[in-house]
Amino acid sequence: MSDPILQIENVSKVYGARRALFGKTAEVQALQDVSLSVRKGESFGLVGESGSGKTTLTRSILHLETPTAGRILFEGRDLAQLSAAEMRRLRARVQIVFQDPYASLNPRMSVQDIVTEPMLIHRETLGLDRRQRIERAAELLSLVGLGPQHLSRFPHEFSGGQRQRICVARALASGPELLLLDEPTSALDVSVQAQVLNLLCELQDQLGLTYFFISHDLAVVRYLCDRVALIYRGELVEEGETDRIFDHPESEYARMLTRAMPEVRVPA
Amino acid sequence: MAPPLLSIRDLHLTMTSFEGEAHVLNGIDLTVRRGEIWGLVGESGCGKSLTGLSISRLVPAPPAAYKRGEIAFEGRDLLRLPMREVQALRGKRIGMIFQDPTTNLNPAYRIGEQLVDVALAAAKHDPSILDCEAGAGRRTRRRAAHRLAAEMLDRVGIPNAEERLDNYPHEFSGGMRQRVLIAMALIGRPDLLIADEPTTALDVSVQAQILKLLKGTVSDHDIGVILITHNLGVVAETCTHVAVMYAGNIVERGPVAEVINRPAHPYTRALMAAIPTRASQRGSLNGLGGAVPNLVTPPPGCRFAPRCARAIAACSAQQPPALPVAGEHHAACIRLAESEELEHV
Ligand SMILES: Nc1ncnc2c1ncn2[C@@H]1O[C@H](COP(=O)(O)OP(=O)(O)O)[C@@H](O)[C@H]1O
Ligand SMILES: Nc1ncnc2c1ncn2[C@@H]1O[C@H](COP(=O)(O)OP(=O)(O)O)[C@@H](O)[C@H]1O
Ligand SMILES: [Mg+2]
Ligand SMILES: [Mg+2]
Repeated sequence: MSDPILQIENVSKVYGARRALFGKTAEVQALQDVSLSVRKGESFGLVGESGSGKTTLTRSILHLETPTAGRILFEGRDLAQLSAAEMRRLRARVQIVFQDPYASLNPRMSVQDIVTEPMLIHRETLGLDRRQRIERAAELLSLVGLGPQHLSRFPHEFSGGQRQRICVARALASGPELLLLDEPTSALDVSVQAQVLNLLCELQDQLGLTYFFISHDLAVVRYLCDRVALIYRGELVEEGETDRIFDHPESEYARMLTRAMPEVRVPA
Repeated sequence: MAPPLLSIRDLHLTMTSFEGEAHVLNGIDLTVRRGEIWGLVGESGCGKSLTGLSISRLVPAPPAAYKRGEIAFEGRDLLRLPMREVQALRGKRIGMIFQDPTTNLNPAYRIGEQLVDVALAAAKHDPSILDCEAGAGRRTRRRAAHRLAAEMLDRVGIPNAEERLDNYPHEFSGGMRQRVLIAMALIGRPDLLIADEPTTALDVSVQAQILKLLKGTVSDHDIGVILITHNLGVVAETCTHVAVMYAGNIVERGPVAEVINRPAHPYTRALMAAIPTRASQRGSLNGLGGAVPNLVTPPPGCRFAPRCARAIAACSAQQPPALPVAGEHHAACIRLAESEELEHV
């Protein structure tokens, strides 16, 4: 069994009460004592309904949110203990792809600017000059099934599936080992989703990436992930090998989810 | 014999934009009877929403223009009915649920008031909705409408429904507002319900609950439903029939088990091959290359031909007619007979 790349240890997150239009909102316990461990090179699925804390956990892994309690370790090192310089280097190695490829690309930037931007941000770590950055952008585009002819184009010239490929190319630009994928295919048609899922499989085989894949679509998680964790109202309710969870769910929540999952039973 | 609840014949709709005139519906044929739930599926941009909106005459014209065909509701052609009469049917006999709940709830009124209004209005043509005695007073009817509103809100899965009636729309999350709209459409007890991606934004557990409620409503009240969705799993588990749309055409239609177990059209097969199932091996899904064509200058003949692995020259010669596959199962593909043969070798 390979080493853990990411460890989440007893993480809790409480959002404080905020002032609202009428009085105050209550405190929100977004995560409660969550522990899980992601192994190098695997696809780990995190499944939960809306409001269950998936985004909060993702933001905590990216260190955009500070847990109220608990620790998050990347390759055994506590994120909270890193110096600013170490944190910068780490950010190049953990990247994210968001759900909506329409909203997450700046319409005024060319594809070249979009894909080279992370290389510019992480130029200290990567040490690429301008020419090398453009060369690498062209390589990344062909890696995700587009071509160098697309470098000068703008996001509106692409379909949803192509935009998500651009988002994946951008996420790969800094040479990450861990990709956080937050519902990357839920805005896409099934025909396009299939292409993006296949691309993710190919990239993982080629580059040895680790995926932390967030979704509410159980069929997609079953297809892509080696292991799955189910989160409900901020608490981890079940975790295990994908086949085991789908074939022999233990918790009531897992049974409910697998039962509610709409399925086409394609004849063999 | 009574005319079917809904019968769409050879419907052609164009949309004019700066690019030119797009042939967005290119000869739609669809019959919906009471007790049937028709799933309307296909990639985005294929004309599913415009088909639904046409039935309630909610496509703004211009830019839209109905070039040909008819939409008969219980035998009366909605395209030739005065707008006033269409409006009288809409929301009462023809109910609608749209994908975006924000545009359809009035922010200034409490959820309960809005539901009660719908129930009282619906009771005018069907007093049994309120389940109170004939000639009951205004207060009794209001109380009954309030009870019905709370009950429906509970059935679409809003916790503490009774108390939540006092809330305003902005106090509900997006998913909860969507459920309010579903409750509202069902309270009106329409004869035909058109639901456009009603559960796409909802969690699977809520989706399952709502689809069950929809099926229950169909069997209790014998209504007809058109369920627009891009999820074939939802169709397989909810619908009695399915129509597969591609670029403004229905390319395949029939009883749901028939179509899903024996998809005949290459487009339907491609859609099904893209769905991850229990049996799919990692990396084995088949995506469908290319994209839905620009409908200002659609490909000649079969609009799917440019993306179709089985296309031959004849496919682009003329638009293929819907051919029977078995019983009520039809597919619009000239290569049907040949593909059947191929599979039996
Ligand atoms: N910045 C914030 N302030 C207050 N509450 C928040 C904030 N972000 C998220 N929450 C709350 O935390 C809970 C978990 O949210 P989130 O992590 O976004 O869930 P998910 O991504 O699974 O839908 C929800 O109840 C949400 O309303
Ligand atoms: N108001 C409009 N003006 C111009 N074209 C439109 C308009 N509404 C929809 N269309 C076009 O009509 C086609 C069908 O759209 P729609 O019915 O919304 O598809 P679906 O619901 O299947 O995703 C698309 O090509 C879309 O771009
Ligand atoms: Mg989220
Ligand atoms: Mg639509």
